[in-house]
Amino acid sequence: MAGWIDRLSGRQPQSKDQAKERLKLVLINDRTDLTTSQLEQMKNELLVVIARYVDIDPDTVRIMMETDGREQRLTAEIPLKPIRHRR
Amino acid sequence: MAARIITVTSGKGGVGKTTTTANLAVALAMANQKVVCLDADIGLRNLDVVLGLENRIVYDVVDVVEGRCRVRQAMIRDKRLPELYLIPAAQTRDKSAVSPSDMIRLCEELSSEVDFILIDSPAGIERGFKNALAAADTVLVVTNPEVSAVRDADRIIGLVEAEEKGPAKLILNRMNFGMVKRGDMLAPEDILDLLAIELIGIVPEDEHVLISTNRGMPVALDPTSRAGIAFHNISRRLQGETVPFMDMDEKSSFFSKLGKLFGPGGN
Ligand SMILES: Nc1ncnc2c1ncn2[C@@H]1O[C@H](COP(=O)(O)OP(=O)(O)O)[C@@H](O)[C@H]1O
Ligand SMILES: [Mg+2]
Repeated sequence: MAGWIDRLSGRQPQSKDQAKERLKLVLINDRTDLTTSQLEQMKNELLVVIARYVDIDPDTVRIMMETDGREQRLTAEIPLKPIRHRR
Repeated sequence: MAARIITVTSGKGGVGKTTTTANLAVALAMANQKVVCLDADIGLRNLDVVLGLENRIVYDVVDVVEGRCRVRQAMIRDKRLPELYLIPAAQTRDKSAVSPSDMIRLCEELSSEVDFILIDSPAGIERGFKNALAAADTVLVVTNPEVSAVRDADRIIGLVEAEEKGPAKLILNRMNFGMVKRGDMLAPEDILDLLAIELIGIVPEDEHVLISTNRGMPVALDPTSRAGIAFHNISRRLQGETVPFMDMDEKSSFFSKLGKLFGPGGN
């Protein structure tokens, strides 16, 4: 009974929302056959490769695993720094 | 005319495949369809007891594929209904006694005699799953509103696609709308969001399922029970009718509106 008071006051997320969030990640892992840490590692390696060719600020790069229906898609937003020292 | 061949499967065991197969068979037969249900759970037969036909078994599906009897002889007629038959699984053999091509041949033979062939699957993704899927033209995936069952359903939906039997349709079994309203159970739309497949039925958690299974009288024989109505609705959708999801409507009840007004992060 304390449960709904907590929820009204926003203290604890609903358990079904937690279930959904956890399932979202698990299904990405299952569908891609990649663990969360492998995914992180891939992102980091991608960053290194990209930085070898273009000037980027790692903090602005967003590499995301997106779900479209039953398909997973890797998308990246990589703002390039303006070229300064040309000559 | 060729029969519709419908396989009922799941990732996780115990989610209600056998219950669903038995009750859809009963509901279809009550709608004057000729139905044969086939237990493909070799070694762990159960469709016979859920239908209440366990005392009438003489031959089983392995006897048919190994040529010890004709298909007709293995078809047990359910006397409560005009045209419902069961071909039971073998209890003392293992899954390797039947191959996918045996299943296809058997269903081809049955196809001209009935309107619907319903196949109950074993749990898991091995040989038994392939057997159950081999002849299917429609695959129904059963799941429960619970993390491990939904996860395993996603696996199976992918495998059904890989076997070129997709897209599968989803049956959500054992929904407890009281818990959904309290935010303690994944709602149908949450699960559909995650699995991204078409829904064909929502079956509520209903103690009549157990009571009727105790008696060997599938709950669909009583079309006033909540679960019974749900199975009849699925049967009507399988026959091409558009039937609103009754349980979805319940969600717009007073309490859920209240929940939406006050609850954080409703849907
Ligand atoms: N909608 C329901 N409400 C209540 N109990 C259910 C419901 N569906 C299935 N059950 C129960 O769940 C158990 C497992 O069902 P079963 O059909 O044997 O699953 P499976 O064939 O997938 O292993 C059985 O005891 C059955 O009575
Ligand atoms: Mg079963």
